[in-house]
Amino acid sequence: MSETWVVVVVVGVVTIVFKAAGPVLLGSRQLSGRTLRVVELLAPVMLTALVVTQTVGGDGGIAVDARVAGVGAAGIALWRGVPIVPAMAIAAVVTAALRALA
Amino acid sequence: MAVTGAEAAGAPRLRDGVRAAAPLAAGPVLFGLSYGVLAVDAGFSTLAAGVFSATTFAGSAQFAAGSVLETGGSAVAAIVAAAMLNARYVPMSVAAAAVFPRPLWRRLVEAQLIVDESWALAGRGGRFDRHVLVGAGLLLYVLWVASTVVGTLVGDRLGDPEDYGLDAAFAALFLGLAMPYLRSRRALEASALAALLVLCLLPFTPAGVPIVAASAVCLLGLRR
Repeated sequence: MSETWVVVVVVGVVTIVFKAAGPVLLGSRQLSGRTLRVVELLAPVMLTALVVTQTVGGDGGIAVDARVAGVGAAGIALWRGVPIVPAMAIAAVVTAALRALA
Repeated sequence: MAVTGAEAAGAPRLRDGVRAAAPLAAGPVLFGLSYGVLAVDAGFSTLAAGVFSATTFAGSAQFAAGSVLETGGSAVAAIVAAAMLNARYVPMSVAAAAVFPRPLWRRLVEAQLIVDESWALAGRGGRFDRHVLVGAGLLLYVLWVASTVVGTLVGDRLGDPEDYGLDAAFAALFLGLAMPYLRSRRALEASALAALLVLCLLPFTPAGVPIVAASAVCLLGLRR
């Protein structure tokens, strides 16, 4: 088997196991009060972590570039009530424009 | 797919998920195309790249594995990088676990449609909606696999999706999806701490680790 196929198969199996872990192990069991409060924090915490890595994550650590301005502009728009899709467009346009100028 | 056939009765609500994900369609298409281009450079055949997208269905991990191989890294390094990035799906699938139906094999199959965007859209109301997760997941899945295959065939004629600012658009998506949660003081505190933790870890850990580490912040929920 070539190297690429090894990667495809191993990463595929690992990811399938990761994604199935919760539903298969926990099933549809109702969570207790304290556990529920922990799980309820997962969404905002993971989303925030994704925002930060997607905005300043780069090769070998933190990279501050045009993305920061784009996401900042989108953040202001969202805070003022602009819906998500137009806010995404704002982020893309601001970032692309700054990159084109650079 | 088995899911669509078995889901005929729930079709109208499944459509809600498809509709919720439709405005995001440009993202997976452009990223899928550029992933296909990268995969060819990294030595993947069209079949291997297509199978990778169909089984792993997680763009960031596939990009990471592809770029490790493309820059001369070993298969082990590529696997570790991709596994680290995808480890976040453990806490994410735990959060969504209760919505998946019996029997076990169906849970296993439907859980594969968990991807950042479908998971985030399905959790928008504060409770996970299975129809949104499955509907959005299916649309994103089809687009991702198809555009990967097309990308391996058309090659390098597309330019870099970063030129269009797509990376920032995705950050904006996640920010927009996070915002409704942040009205709760508990969630706001936990998120601020998570952001700080990610910033502290980013320079020192492999990609993916900061996000997984940040999930530990949720233990704040144990406080009264």
